[in-house]
This record gives sequence, structure tokens and C-alpha cells, in this order.
Amino acid sequence: MNTSQVLVQVRGLKKYFPITRGILIQRQVGAIRAVDDVSFDIYRGETLGLVGESGCGKTTTGRTLIQLYRPTAGQVLYDGVDLTREKGQSLRNKRRKIQMIFQDPYASLNPRWTISRIIGEPLRVHKIITGRKAQEERVQELLELVGLDPCHTNRYPHEFSGGQRQRIGVARALASDPEFLVCDEPISALDVSIQAQVVNLLEDLQDKFGLTYLFIAHDLSMVRHICNRVAVMYLGVIVEMSDQDEVYDHPQHPYTKALLSAVPIPDPRATRARQRVILEGDVPSPSNPPAGCRFHPRCPIAGEECRMDVPIWREAAPGHWVACHKV
Amino acid sequence: MDPLLEVRNLKVQFNTLEGVVHAVNGVSFQLEKGKTMGIVGESGCGKSVTMLSVMRLIKEPPGRITEGEVLFQEQDLLKLAKSSMHDIRGAKIAMVFQDPMTSLNPVLTIGHQISEALVVHSGIGKEEAYKKTLDLLEMVGIPQANERYKDYPHQFSGGMRQRVMIAIGLSCKPDILIADEPTTALDVTIQAQIVELTKKLQAQFGMAVIWITHDLGVVAEIADRMIVMYAGYMVEEADVYQIYENPRHPYTLSLLKSLPRVDRKKHDRLANIQGSPPDCIQMPPGCPFRPRCGFGVERCAEENPGLMTVAEGHKMACWVDVTTGRTR
Repeated sequence: MNTSQVLVQVRGLKKYFPITRGILIQRQVGAIRAVDDVSFDIYRGETLGLVGESGCGKTTTGRTLIQLYRPTAGQVLYDGVDLTREKGQSLRNKRRKIQMIFQDPYASLNPRWTISRIIGEPLRVHKIITGRKAQEERVQELLELVGLDPCHTNRYPHEFSGGQRQRIGVARALASDPEFLVCDEPISALDVSIQAQVVNLLEDLQDKFGLTYLFIAHDLSMVRHICNRVAVMYLGVIVEMSDQDEVYDHPQHPYTKALLSAVPIPDPRATRARQRVILEGDVPSPSNPPAGCRFHPRCPIAGEECRMDVPIWREAAPGHWVACHKV
Repeated sequence: MDPLLEVRNLKVQFNTLEGVVHAVNGVSFQLEKGKTMGIVGESGCGKSVTMLSVMRLIKEPPGRITEGEVLFQEQDLLKLAKSSMHDIRGAKIAMVFQDPMTSLNPVLTIGHQISEALVVHSGIGKEEAYKKTLDLLEMVGIPQANERYKDYPHQFSGGMRQRVMIAIGLSCKPDILIADEPTTALDVTIQAQIVELTKKLQAQFGMAVIWITHDLGVVAEIADRMIVMYAGYMVEEADVYQIYENPRHPYTLSLLKSLPRVDRKKHDRLANIQGSPPDCIQMPPGCPFRPRCGFGVERCAEENPGLMTVAEGHKMACWVDVTTGRTR
């Protein structure tokens, strides 16, 4: 991996969703701070994992990054171009190289469209291939690429199983020859025996086309398998980021430590021999995040400064970034 | 020791417009007092239907328990009258469901829902039920029980709701607690809390637990024995240590190989199982796993192997010995 080539630069990204009151006259009474000042780089050809619990803002980060949501503040530089300033046709042109794979393979395919129309849509939208025959051929090629029968172009999504539908989602994402794929929990809706199939497919495609992935997931075991680097999110902020083995073998942030120790290992001896950090309580509401370090109410080692000051995002070891007063 | 619960050759079908779904095809197991049995399998493998049938919670029709016995305290639960089942459900065998949002009534307070079970089964007064409910809330780790008693389910987070479900399940000190994917909808840190809580309460009350899940990690953590199910059949049953260290069925073996581990570096591609589980309406003849199996021999296509004992307390259903590659 060539680490000098940065493909995506995210700088100070924020996304707040307004909370409104009133039916006729709506006024804003607060904001859900789903993503609150997040910065990171994604290198060309790598897989960056974005992990965290539900509601921590990982999906919102992914969606804001590709401008499905417009950010409240911050920049997203893709190949040096700030996507947050682009709009209309110009944004669409830039976005041709950025595609997304969604979590729910049942909800993300239009049930009334044939597979051919679903996968062919990017070809029509971006006018990549014109002419029905040529489009059809490309769709068949894509189906074959993701391991489906190319004769099934006239079928509808309900005729496929969950794993096959996710492959259709992958084929659609690949239709416009993208460089960068945002995979938003692509395997969490699938059965265990199917998850490995989809993960292997994503790895093969990465090797073949030199794709770059942002892999959003809550399954920490799978993230360790597929990612080169990992960023851990908690309540709208990134608390730790490093190479995957570094994060998993030498976690620095107390939240990362707790999260990792909570993941069950499919081996009774190993899992029962482990020292577990059981966190108290739940994740607080992002509309009113705690002052200071956001993790301090649940943190087993929190001190006075954690309640007062926001910890600085710093490099604790080469390439290992962490935001914690106690590290 | 006599088992607390014994299921013998349970078979369950559902009549649908597309045909008869053979959801459970001959499940047998024994559960001992105070032990934990894990039931694992993918969606649609019949693990939930098996336990719902034990509780007689299958809607008939379209469902039908066609064969089998469920022996609990010297009676066959499948032959009991509906009214006698009421005395068992909740009081002796309780169940915790996957989705704590849909299994709690949104228009009743948490306190009401927990004390209801107490009033119905133990016949105690409202005053006493109130006190016991507070104790239960405290026991499952809900702080300020006094105030939270009057709260509604939507005022609780997912993990807290699941604690409430466990409190309801435990309210009558059952002999068996059936937990149907209780942590699947929860985050890992909350899952760890619920697993710890269940272990603690199990030690306190000495109840037996049946934990249904698709997560092989959770089973490794909590179970004493486990059953692996595939397409309505039991394919392997043994002590957890034995299954993880020495899996004997090709399905269990490949499933374990396909799982990445959080405590190990990546070394290779994940082993994957080709294809997807069969449709339980048109089951292929022979072994249900044969189309996806890497070990198949001719006999697999003709005859479905029944469960056979391969070691003490270790049963599995396969014609091939995966350790040697020889057929039986």
C-alpha cells in the first residue's frame, strides 16, 4: 500500500440534525450532534474500518462523506476537490467514482424493478453506456463478476436470497467503475455462512480493481479481518485510529479496550479466560453530549480533567492517534 | 440425574400457500437442572420454532406439532390442556424474546408488566407484588427502581428493556429460562452486560437456561452444552468445549472456520460455505447439507444420516468422519 497517496481527506466534518417543536410554526429547539468534528484520511487502495456502537454516528459519517447528507461544517476533499462545495451536475460527475453499498439488501433494491434495470441505472444516469444492447451486456458482465448467473437479468429482487441481493447491490455499485466504495454495514443483515462469501467477494474486487473502501461496521472481528486501518467512534467523535493490528493488540483508549473485550470469541477457552471490562450504563444522547471527554460518564479511569476538558487528538505512537487525557 | 426437560423427536410443520414447511424435523435433547444449553443455527433453521413449540406458543393453524414429546416434571407438555399450560408458562418455564421493543406492551408501565406476572402466578396482593417488582428491577440492575416503576417502555434504552424482559422472566423463579436471541438487537458492550447478568442470576437461582442464538461467540461464552441446527435438523450436539475444539459435522466445522477472530491477526481468506440454506418446503432428498458440503459421498444424496454418537456425550449426523475422511 502506498501510504503517500491520500484519496479522501475529511476535515472537521460536522453533521447536526435539527430537533424541532411545533406543528404549524416549527422552531428548532436543539440538535442531534450525530457527527461532531471528525477528521481523517483515507489512502488509495486501503480499507479503512469505521467501528462503533449504534448511534455513534458512523453511518452519518459515511453518508455525509459522499454528500448524501450535506454537512453542517467541514470539508471532504476527494482527490483534492472539496465535495461539500459541489452541487448539481458537477457533483454527480465527481460522485461517479464514489459509490455506496447499503446495509439492508431488502430495502435498498426497488422491488418493482428488474435486476437489469437496477444494475443498469448508474449506466443510464451517468451516460456511461448508451444503447440498450450494450447496457444489457455490461449488466451481464457485472452479474458474472459478483458471482451471480448472468441469465437472471429479468428477475426481480424477491426472487433472490439475502446474500444474492447483497451481491446485486455490489454489482450496482461497481457499474460506474468507481474508485471508492462506502460499505455501510454490508454484511450485518446476512447469515453467518453468507457473511464470509460477501467479505471474500469484496476482497477479490479490491484486488482486481484497486478499490478503496470505507468499511462501516459494528462487527469488530470482521473489521479486523478486512481492514488495513481502523477508526473507533463514540458519540459523534473518533476516539482512536491506527493500523488494525495496533488497535486490536495495543488499544490505548479505554473505550476501545472495553469494546474489544466485549466481543465474544468463538472459542470457549479463550473467551472465558479473558479479563473483561464491562461498561456501566448506556451511550448518552447525542443531543446533549457530556462536557469534557464524551466517554467520561462510563469511563472506568476518568479523572477530574476528563469532566472539564475535551481531550486533544494526538499521535500517541507513530501512526496511532488517540483522544484521551489518561493515555 | 434425571433431566429437567427432555424433548423427544419433535417435529413441527407449517402449512403455507407455497406448501408445507418442515420447520423442525426430529429434535431430541435433554436439559439438566442449572445448566445452560445453547442452540445455534442460521435464520430459518428451526431453533426458535423448536423452543416456541416446547412452550406451546406455535399458532395452530398454520403450525402443527406432528410428532414428539416434551417431558417436564413427569408430564408431556404437548398433551397438556391449554389451561394447564398457563400454570407452566411464566411460572415454571419463562421466555425472553429477541426484540424487547415489540415484546413489551407500549401502553402499560414497566412496573405493571412485571407485577402482572407475579399477581397471576403467585396469587399475591398488589402491595406485595409492588415490593417484589422493585426488588426485581434492582436485581437486574435498573437504577432508581422506585421512579422507573412508573415509566413506559419507550423511556428505556434497548439494553434496559431487555433487563425488564429478564425481570419479567425471572419474576416467578422459573426452573427454565428460554432466551431467544436476547442480545441480537443490542450492541456488544450491552450484550456483555446482559450475558454477565444472566450468568449471575443463574448462579443465584439455579435455573436452567436455553440460549438461542446465531452467534457462535456468545454460545462459547455462556453455554455448557450446545446444539447446532441446520434446515430443521439437529446436526451436532455436545459439550461446548468439545464442539469448538473437535467439531465433527462438516457444517459446524466450516462455520467455525468462516469466522474471523477479534484476538487473532488475519492470515488468510475466510473459508466460505458455498450456496445458501435449503428451502424447507422442497427439501432435497438425503442429507440437507449435502449441496453445500465439501465432504459429500454418494450415500449422502440417498439417505439422511440420523444422529449418531461419535464420542461420549457427542452426537452428530453425518456419513463422513471429518477427521479421517472415511465414511461410516
